[in-house]
Amino acid sequence: MSSFVQWLTESMFLWKALIIIVIFAITLGIAAYSTWAERKVAAYIQDRRGPNRAGWGGLLQPLADAGKMFFKEDFIPAQADKWLFILGPCLSMFTALMSSAVVPFGNSFIIGGKEVFVQAIEINIGILYVFGVVSLGVYGVMIGGWASNNKFSLLGAIRAASQNISYELAMGMSIIAILMMSGTLSLREIVAQQHGGNWNIFYQPLGFLIFTVCAFAECNRTPFDLPECETELVGGYHTEYSSMKLGFYLFAEYINMFASSAVTACLFFGGYNYPGMDFVESQLISALGANVGHNVATLVGIGSMFTKILFGIFFFMWVRWTVPRFRYDQLMNLGWKGLIPLAVGNLVITAGAILSGYKLVGIWVGLVLMVVLISVGWSMRPKKKNAIMGA
Amino acid sequence: MQNILNLPPIWYTFAILSVLTLFGALGTIMSKNPVHSVIYLIVTFFSISAHYILLNAQFLAAVNIIVYAGAIMVLFLFVIMFLNMKQEDDEMKNNKLVTTAIVTALVLGGILIVFLRRAGKEKIEATNFNSQTGMVEILGKSLYGEYLLPFELISILFLVAMAGAVMLAKRETGERHF
Repeated sequence: MSSFVQWLTESMFLWKALIIIVIFAITLGIAAYSTWAERKVAAYIQDRRGPNRAGWGGLLQPLADAGKMFFKEDFIPAQADKWLFILGPCLSMFTALMSSAVVPFGNSFIIGGKEVFVQAIEINIGILYVFGVVSLGVYGVMIGGWASNNKFSLLGAIRAASQNISYELAMGMSIIAILMMSGTLSLREIVAQQHGGNWNIFYQPLGFLIFTVCAFAECNRTPFDLPECETELVGGYHTEYSSMKLGFYLFAEYINMFASSAVTACLFFGGYNYPGMDFVESQLISALGANVGHNVATLVGIGSMFTKILFGIFFFMWVRWTVPRFRYDQLMNLGWKGLIPLAVGNLVITAGAILSGYKLVGIWVGLVLMVVLISVGWSMRPKKKNAIMGA
Repeated sequence: MQNILNLPPIWYTFAILSVLTLFGALGTIMSKNPVHSVIYLIVTFFSISAHYILLNAQFLAAVNIIVYAGAIMVLFLFVIMFLNMKQEDDEMKNNKLVTTAIVTALVLGGILIVFLRRAGKEKIEATNFNSQTGMVEILGKSLYGEYLLPFELISILFLVAMAGAVMLAKRETGERHF
């Protein structure tokens, strides 16, 4: 028993457990307040006030909503597949929460002479893990939609599946361009390589565009919220859901937004890096001593990471209240005929730029060439009746 | 009893995972509802991925989940939901088919058992074992170095299959739009 206690105190186990619990709590907290922020942002964009009754500025609204969700009648349709009906929202929540496990939220704390990364798990296939979890995210929606035994739900589920599969391809290829540049699959190393303002967004503008569009589609956010399109499908995959099961589905969407903003920040915006961080760290170390200074500098880095994440979440909301929903064939055309060819072109340009030895210049020259080629080709295309624009 | 208690922890992990894998596999073939079958199959793929991690093959585990659990099974589920199979298949009432299936399964199983028993067992030395075996870097180097030709041939095979699938699914002029 004493050896167990010794192992517990000496190993990273306790620190890791603490970090996992803190990240879990922060994820849930941010997701809960995203629901409030979404309504405030919507209200601001539509020149309204938004929720302002529960608490100061409506700050207690998420709690009130959760309370309402818990006390509503939990209804399971008679012809539904009961277990799968329950499994659906659970899976949605589960996969949404899993993806932030490999995201490095900050550099490291030095505690008792040991370096503890601010990250739940550091694995050398980090980005593949994220990609795997994202590809599983659709099961919750599919299983829930099928188990409801409702035609609208089934249509929503099928839409979700085809949308996710279509946009995963382009997303994967835009990530591969990043991997080719950084030469590693570990998110921590990808972030570390962007140290000193060397952010990937400057090298991969097109990759960022493709990744963002695909992230919107994978999160089922407007303009890609076809699976729950209320004007066509009542409520889409969650038509039959009530009470906290519905709450889980809606909540999972906000957690997904948080996770995808975090991954975007890591891949393209340097994660916890910010301009002038070396200066700040050296000042802090000379003022507070090596260990405390490093820890405080890490805290500042975590602050910069969360600023980027919050801006990402705000961007999701901004787009939702600005861009109207796509039609289904437009969605498919954009995915297969627009984004995938662009992603392949981006891959080729990135590979050429890396081979040429001038990464930054090569990529921008390649992109300009591609834009010129596409616009020339577009102006020379044969005219068709009723042509639906691809990109 | 004492022996079981003294086993290293990894054996327990292996045992639990194997039970889970077999549970999923049996569920796949024994459940009546095709959607349940697919979900059991996903459980099987997950536990197989966990086995890969036990064998120090992180990359293979991640790719197994992305490709099989994440893409192929979603398509399976998609198609099965579309077809909405309600009526029982009468395949199981066909005696000839059942007999052939049993004989094939027995022969395959026999071959597997014979070859597994004959397979050479190599003891791994803990001191000089390369801990990076099965990681992305080593795997990539051996795929693009030692096995370059087979790897490229397989890529061409996939390309041909993909082009074929697109050709099959292509709408002819004058065919009905959904």
